[in-house]
Amino acid sequence: MAYLRPTDLDDALRALAARPLVVLAGGTDHYPARVGPWSKPPADEDIIDISALSPLRGIDETGQGWRIGALTTWTEVIEARLPKLFDGLKLAAREVGGAQIQNRGTVGGNLCNASPAADGIPPLLSLDAEVELRAAGRSRRVPLADYVLGNRRTARRADELLTAVHIARPRHEARGDFLKLGARRYLVISIVMVAGVIERGPDGRVASARIAVGACSAAARRLPLLEQALAGQSIEARLADRAAPAHFAPLAPIDDVRGDAAYRREAAVTLTRRLIGRLAS
Amino acid sequence: MSAPLRFRLNGRAVSVSVPPARRLTDVLRLDLGLTGTKVGCEAGDCGACTVLMDGRQVCACMVPAAQAEGTEIVTVEGLAADGALSALQRAFARHGAAQCGVCTPGMLMAAQDLLRRSPSPSAEAVEDALGGVLCRCTGYRKIVDAVLDAAANRPPGNPFDDPAPRAGRAVGARIARVDVVPKLTGTEKYGDDVAPDDALWLRAVRSPHARARFSIGDLKPVHARHPGLVRVLTARDVPGNNGYGIYPTIKDQPAIAADEVRYRGEPVCALVGDRDTVLGIRDDEVPIAWDVLPPVAGVAAATAPGAPALHAKLPDNVLTKGRLQFGDPDAAMAQADVVVEGDWETGFVEHAYIEPEAGYARRVGDRIEIHACTQSPYMDRDEVAQILGITPDCVRIAPSGIGGGFGGKLDLSVQPLIAVAAWHLGRPVRMAYTRPESMAASTKRHPAVMRGRWSAARDGSLAAVEFVGDFNTGAYASWGPTVANRVPVHASGPYRVKAARALSRAIHTNEPPSGAFRGFGVPQAAVVHEGLMDALADALGQDRLEFRLRNALRAGDTTACGQVLKHSAGLPACLEALRPHWLRLRAGAAEHNRSAGNGRAAVRRGVGIGCMWYGIGNTSIANPSTMRVGIGADGRVTLYNGAVDIGQGSTTILQQICADALGLPVDRIAQVVGDTDRTADAGKTSASRQTFVSGKAVELAARSLREKLLRLANVGPDALIAVEGSTLLLTEGDVRRRVDLASLPAEGTDGDVLTGHGSFDPPTSPLDADGQGVPYATYGFAAQLCDLEVDLALGTVKLRRFVAAHDVGRAVNPTLVEGQIHGGIAQGIGLALMEEYLPGRTENLHDYLIPTVGDVPPIDVILVEDAEPLGPFGAKGIGEPALVPTAPAILSAIRDAAGVTIRKLPALPHRVRAAIRAAQGARAGEPA
Repeated sequence: MAYLRPTDLDDALRALAARPLVVLAGGTDHYPARVGPWSKPPADEDIIDISALSPLRGIDETGQGWRIGALTTWTEVIEARLPKLFDGLKLAAREVGGAQIQNRGTVGGNLCNASPAADGIPPLLSLDAEVELRAAGRSRRVPLADYVLGNRRTARRADELLTAVHIARPRHEARGDFLKLGARRYLVISIVMVAGVIERGPDGRVASARIAVGACSAAARRLPLLEQALAGQSIEARLADRAAPAHFAPLAPIDDVRGDAAYRREAAVTLTRRLIGRLAS
Repeated sequence: MSAPLRFRLNGRAVSVSVPPARRLTDVLRLDLGLTGTKVGCEAGDCGACTVLMDGRQVCACMVPAAQAEGTEIVTVEGLAADGALSALQRAFARHGAAQCGVCTPGMLMAAQDLLRRSPSPSAEAVEDALGGVLCRCTGYRKIVDAVLDAAANRPPGNPFDDPAPRAGRAVGARIARVDVVPKLTGTEKYGDDVAPDDALWLRAVRSPHARARFSIGDLKPVHARHPGLVRVLTARDVPGNNGYGIYPTIKDQPAIAADEVRYRGEPVCALVGDRDTVLGIRDDEVPIAWDVLPPVAGVAAATAPGAPALHAKLPDNVLTKGRLQFGDPDAAMAQADVVVEGDWETGFVEHAYIEPEAGYARRVGDRIEIHACTQSPYMDRDEVAQILGITPDCVRIAPSGIGGGFGGKLDLSVQPLIAVAAWHLGRPVRMAYTRPESMAASTKRHPAVMRGRWSAARDGSLAAVEFVGDFNTGAYASWGPTVANRVPVHASGPYRVKAARALSRAIHTNEPPSGAFRGFGVPQAAVVHEGLMDALADALGQDRLEFRLRNALRAGDTTACGQVLKHSAGLPACLEALRPHWLRLRAGAAEHNRSAGNGRAAVRRGVGIGCMWYGIGNTSIANPSTMRVGIGADGRVTLYNGAVDIGQGSTTILQQICADALGLPVDRIAQVVGDTDRTADAGKTSASRQTFVSGKAVELAARSLREKLLRLANVGPDALIAVEGSTLLLTEGDVRRRVDLASLPAEGTDGDVLTGHGSFDPPTSPLDADGQGVPYATYGFAAQLCDLEVDLALGTVKLRRFVAAHDVGRAVNPTLVEGQIHGGIAQGIGLALMEEYLPGRTENLHDYLIPTVGDVPPIDVILVEDAEPLGPFGAKGIGEPALVPTAPAILSAIRDAAGVTIRKLPALPHRVRAAIRAAQGARAGEPA
C-alpha cells in the first residue's frame, strides 16, 4: 500500500498517470466509506493525498469571474468575501455536515464524490460552474452538468485531478439562494434541495435564471423549462407563480428512508417556488 | 512506513511512527495513549472525536495521520491548564452539561473553537458551532447554557456556585455531579479506554442475513493467510450454556450462533488476534456456507397462518401475552355517551448511545473479570457464569465508565464473546463495536401496532377504555415479557376509569431483539391514550387540559389494576401548574394563525399536551437493592454502591442521600461503585428505580451507620456528627464527645471499623389473571406542553417550546432532575419526529437520525414535589417519566396546528404532508 503526499501538482499528475490511485483530500467522504458493517478492513489501496498541493487552495477573482480551488474548504467558502451571486453557495456550505466537516471537506471532493444529495452541487449548477480537470500534459474544462454523470459517477478519468471550479462573472446584478429540506436541523442528508441564481436586467426583469434541484434524481438537475419561463418576467412577488409542475419533468425522485418519490416531487415544486419568491423579494 | 509523524499536541511536540492513512483518533488513542478523544462512529456523524487542528474543530476520525504533520492539535486533555478546569469546563460542571460524558470532549472542543474566535456568541452561533456533535443524554439545552455562560461574565449569586452544602442540606441542592471532573478532562475511562496494552482484539463475524442456516468450513486457510489470527471461536467453544436472556427461564439467545441465525447482525464466530489482523480480515474470507431462508418481518407476517416459527417452543411466535380487565368494560362502553377509537403504529427505535459497546475480559486463575460498559453488573455476572459453566462467585464484573445506556446496555453485548475468548486463551481480550455493529446487533425499542377505544359520559368523566397492542419483540426474548406485562398496567393512562380492558402480545420476528428502551413499551401506549384523550375532549367540546385534569388520578383513587393510590399522585398539581402556560401558548398560537390570515398560510402553530404515569421499579416482582456505608480508621466514609451510573447521575444522587441520612457534608463521602466483588447487588439501572429503590437502601444504610456512631458515643438521635482525621466528634447540646476511630477493630473486608447496611424492596403484590394487584409501590406523574409550528405545504414540524411539569416526589438534585427531563424530551422528539431503525438500511448515524442541538427547543421545567413516603426523603424516579409524555404532546400539537392525526411514527415530513393532503382532499401531484 502506497501513500503519496506530493507538494507539486506535476508530481501528482505524473503519479496518477502511472497507476490507479485513490484521491484523498479532506477525508470526509473517504473515511466514512471505509467503515464496514462490522469490520474495518484497511483497504488494499494506494492513496494519493492531494492536501499539500497549495495551488489548489483558495478563491480568486479572475478577469472572467472566479476560480475556486478544488481544495477550498466549505468554511473558506463561508468566510470568503463574495458578491450576492454566491449567497446560495454560502448557504449550502453551512449545510455540509457540521462545522467539523465544513473545516475539512473540500469543494472539489464534494463534486468528485458526487452523491445525489451533495449539498454543493445544486448551487454550483445554478452558478453555471465549470470544472477544471488536469492530467499530465493536458487540461480540460467541463460544465459541471456534464461532469456529474449520476449517483457517485463523474467524467473524471483515472489520471485526472479536479483542480478548480470556474464561475463566470454574470452580465447583470445577480443573487443566489439555496433551500434545503431535511428531517432535522443539522447534519442531515437532504430530502430535497433547490438552488437558484437570478440575474436582474436593467429593466427590472429576469435577464437570466438558473434553477437546480438536488436529491430528486441520480444527479442534481437544472430545470431549463422553468428557467425559460422565468426569463424576461418582471421581478416581483408573483414571479414564483410561474413555476409549474411540468417544469420539473427532468426530476426522477425515488422512494427511500427519507421520503417517498411523490412527496419529493411535490416538495421540489414547493421549495422552488419559495426560492424564487425569496430571490424576487 | 514513512518518516515519523511530527506535530504539536496540547502544546508539546510529539513524534510517532504510524501508517500515514491511519485515523488521527487511532493515533491519539492507541499510539499516544490519550483516550479522552472518543470514537462514536468513525464517519463524521457524531462528532465525539472532535479536536482542534490548527485552531479549528475537526473530526479526528477522518484526519489521516499524514495530514497532522506540522499541525497544532488540541484535545480535551489540553483544556485544563495545570490541572485547573477552564472557565468552559467549570460552566459545564455548574450547568449539568455533562451526563454520561462521552460526548463532552467533543462538545468542549467544538465550543472552544467557537469561543476562541467569537468571545460573545449568540445562542444561534453556539448551536451552529455544536451542530456537529451529537448528545443522547442532555437534550443539549444545558450545554448551550453552559457555553453562553462561559462566554459571558456571569452575574454574582449564581445558584450553581454552592460547592458543598452543609451537613443536612445536601438533598435538594444543585451540586455539580460528584464524578464530573474526569468527564470534563477526558480521564474518565469508558469501555474502550480500559484494556491493558497486551490485550488481544476480538471482532465478531456477523450474519448479513435475517434468517439463514449456516455451517463454517475449514478455518486453516484463514489462519495460514493471517499469522496474527490467534483463534477463531465458534459455538462449539462456548464452555457452558450457549444461551442467555433476561428471564431465568428463557435463555434463548446464543452467545455465538450454532447453525442458525434469526436476525441480521447475529454473531456466527469471533476472530481473536492482533488489532490490525482481526479488523482487517474481510467477512468473505471466513468460509461460511449460508442457506438463506425467507425472513419473517413484522408482527402481521409472524402471526399469519403458516408463518415459520422462530423458536420451536413457540409455534405461533407469541412470546408472551399481557392482560388486564377492570370492571365491566363492555357494559361501561355500551352505556357511555361518547366513544372514540383509533390505530397507531411505531417502529424500531435505536438507543444510539454515543459510546458503542466495548470492554475487555481477563482470566485470573479460575475466575473471569469483565471490565465493560453495562447497566446491570449482577445480571451480567450470573449470565457470564452460566455461559462459561462456572459459579457466579467466579465472575467479577467491574464496570467501566458508561457512555449512555437508556436500556440498551442491560442486555449482554461484548461480555459473552470476550469472556469465552479470555477464558480459553488466558490473555486479556478486548472488543469494541463499530457503530453499524452496535446498531445492528443491539436491542431496540419494540415496534408496536396498537388500537384503542375510549369512552366518556357527557359530563366529561371517563367511562371504559380498551387497548390492544402487538409488540414486535424480534428474534429473541430479551425484555419482551416485561414490555408485554408493563403495557397493560399503563394503557389506561394516568386517569380514573370506570372499566378497562388491555391486551398485549410480544411476538417474535426475524428482526433485531427488542429489549428495554426507556419506558418498556409505555411511551408507545401513551401515544394511544393521549391521542384518544384529545379525541374525547374534542368530541365533548371540552378543553384538552381541563378534561385531563378532571379525570386525573389523585391520592385515594383506584387504578385500573384495582390499586388504591395512597400518596404522591401529583398529576393534578402538574396540570394546574401548566394551566397558565397552556392559556398563554394557545393564545399565542391562535394569534399567529389569525394574523397569518387566509387559510392558505403555509405555517400554522399549535399547542399540544401529553400526560403520563409510570410505575417505578419492576412490575410485581422482587426488586431489591442493598447498600453499605462504612467509616474507616482514618475517618474516611465510603458508600459501597452497586448502582451503576449510566450518566443519569445516580452516583451523585445517592451520595447526597447518604450525606443527609448520615449527617455529614456531601464532600466527606467517597464511593466504590458497581464492582460485584466490592458492592452488594443494587439491582439494575433501569425502570427509573435507582433514586427510589437504591436511594432508600442508601438512606437505610447511612441511618444504620449513624445509629452505630451515636451509640458509640452514647448521644441522642439529634446529635451533630463531624469527622476530623481519625477522630469522630459528636455534639449534642453542651455535650461534646470524641471517639478515636483508629482505636476500633476493623470490621469486614474493606478495612472499615463500622458499617451500616441497608436493603429496600418496594412493596408490591402479584397481578392476578385479570391484571389486578399492586404492580408498583409508587408512580411518577407528569404532563408536558408542546408549542410548535407545522409547514402545511412541506409537512415539516418546527418545535418552539416545551413546558414540562413532573411530580418527582422530591428533587434530590434539581439540576440533575432537569437534565433527565431535557434528555427524555430530546428522545421523545426523536421518537415522534425522526427516528426509525430499518435493519440493513439505517445502520449508521446519518441515515438514522437523532435530534441535534438545533432540534431541541427551549424547555421550561416545573418540578412538583408530592412526597412519596416510601422513597428516600420523599423521592420517586424520573428517568423514564421524562420521555413518556413528549411524543403524545408533539402529536397533540400537530393535530392542533394542522388538523391531522399522525398514526404512523415517526412523523416524517412526507407522512405529515400525506396526512394533510388526505385531509384537504388535494388532487395528486398538485402542490397546495
